[in-house]
Amino acid sequence: MAHISASVYTSHVPAVGAALDLGKTGEAYWQPLFAGYEFSKQWEKEQKPDVIFLVFNDHATAFSLDLIPTFAIGTAAEFNPADEGWGPRPVPKVIGHPKLAAHIAQSVIQDDFDLTIVNKMDVDHGLTVPMSLMFGQPQAWPCPVVPFAVNVVQYPVPSGRRCFMLGQAIRKAIESYDEPLNVQIWGTGGMSHQLQGPRAGLINKEFDTMFLDRLIDDPEGLSKVPHIDYVREAGSEGIELVMWLIARGAMSDIDGGRKPTVRHRFYHVPASNTAVGHLILENN
Amino acid sequence: MPLDKEFKDIPGTIVFDAEQSRKGYWLNQFCMSLMKAENRARFKANERAYLDEWPMSEEQKQAVLARDLNRCIELGGNIYFLAKIGATDGKSFQQMAGSMTGMSEDAYRDMMVKGGRSIEGNRHIGEKK
Repeated sequence: MAHISASVYTSHVPAVGAALDLGKTGEAYWQPLFAGYEFSKQWEKEQKPDVIFLVFNDHATAFSLDLIPTFAIGTAAEFNPADEGWGPRPVPKVIGHPKLAAHIAQSVIQDDFDLTIVNKMDVDHGLTVPMSLMFGQPQAWPCPVVPFAVNVVQYPVPSGRRCFMLGQAIRKAIESYDEPLNVQIWGTGGMSHQLQGPRAGLINKEFDTMFLDRLIDDPEGLSKVPHIDYVREAGSEGIELVMWLIARGAMSDIDGGRKPTVRHRFYHVPASNTAVGHLILENN
Repeated sequence: MPLDKEFKDIPGTIVFDAEQSRKGYWLNQFCMSLMKAENRARFKANERAYLDEWPMSEEQKQAVLARDLNRCIELGGNIYFLAKIGATDGKSFQQMAGSMTGMSEDAYRDMMVKGGRSIEGNRHIGEKK
C-alpha cells in the first residue's frame, strides 16, 4: 500500500523563483535564504519520493473570478508552468499522477469533502517555487506531483480546522491506494506577509515562531486559530498558512501514531515582502 | 452576509470578500487578460483604448491609468490580479507592495531587510504606535 513518509512546509515567494531563474542565488541578499534549503535538497535525494501531494494556492492564474473552487485536485497527466505576466518560469513541465489523484478524489469526496476535479490547469509560482527549492534546477522533476489548490484569495477561505480535517482524510485516501508508493505531502505559502495597502510589508516573527512551534507540538490546538488572528497578526496574505494544516493533518500522530521527527527547521526574513518558513517532518 | 466587523478594525487592510469581488469583477478580469503577451502589447500601445473594451467603471479605469493600487483595491481589485498590471510594467511584487505604503522604493526595501513592518501599533485602527 502507499504511505506518507514525510510532510514538508515552505513559503512560495515568487521573487525566490525569479532569483533562481536569473542566477542570483549567490547574491548577498539571497544567499542566506538558499542556504536554508541546502539540507532539504540533499534530504530529497536520499528520500526518493515516488509522488508529491502538493498543497498550494493559485494566485489568480488558473482560476480567475469566473470560477473559485475552495479545494481543487489536479487529476491531469501534466501541468504546464503558467505565464503569470512575466512569461512562464523556465522550469520543467509538472508530471501528474492521474491514477493516484483519481483515487484520492474518490476517497476524500466520499469522506464528505467536496473537491473540485481539475483536468486542465496551468500551475503558478505557488507550486513551482517549492519544487525548485526542494529539487533544485533539474532538466525534469524527479517525480510526479498531485497538485491540490486551495482558495486563499477570496474570503471566506476554508478554516484551519477544515484544512486540518481534510489532511486526515487525505492520509486515509493515500494509505488505501493499492501500490507501494512513497508519498510526501507538502503544505506551502506564508509565513507572515501583507502585499496590499498602507500596512504592506508587515512581518510578525513572534507569530511565525508560535505557528512553527504549535504546528510541530500542538497542531490540533493550532487548527482552532480563527481567520481574524491570521489576518491581524500575520498580514492579509499570511492567511495562506492554513494550507500547512492540511499537510500536518496527514501525519500519523493525529490518528494515534507516534509524533513525527523534526528533520529540519528554518526561518528567514525577508524574501521580497515575506517571511520565509520551512519545516520537514518525517512521519513515524 | 457582510464581513465580520472585526476585519474592518485592521489598519491599512481591505479583505477581499464576496462584496469586494462583485464590485471588482471586471477590473480583475481585465487584469487577468494581461496574462497573454498579445494583450500586454495591445494594452501598452494604447491603455485607454484597451480599458474601454471592458465594462469597468470610470473610477476603476482612472485608478488603473494612475497605477493607484490602493484605489484599485478600494474599488474591488485584488492584489494577485493587480499584480498582472505590475508585471506588464516590469515591476516586482516588492515595488508594487511598496507603492501602496507612501514610502520610497529604497525606504521600503530597507524596512524589509531590517525585518519588515512591525506588528506593534498595527493591530487595530487608532491604536497608539
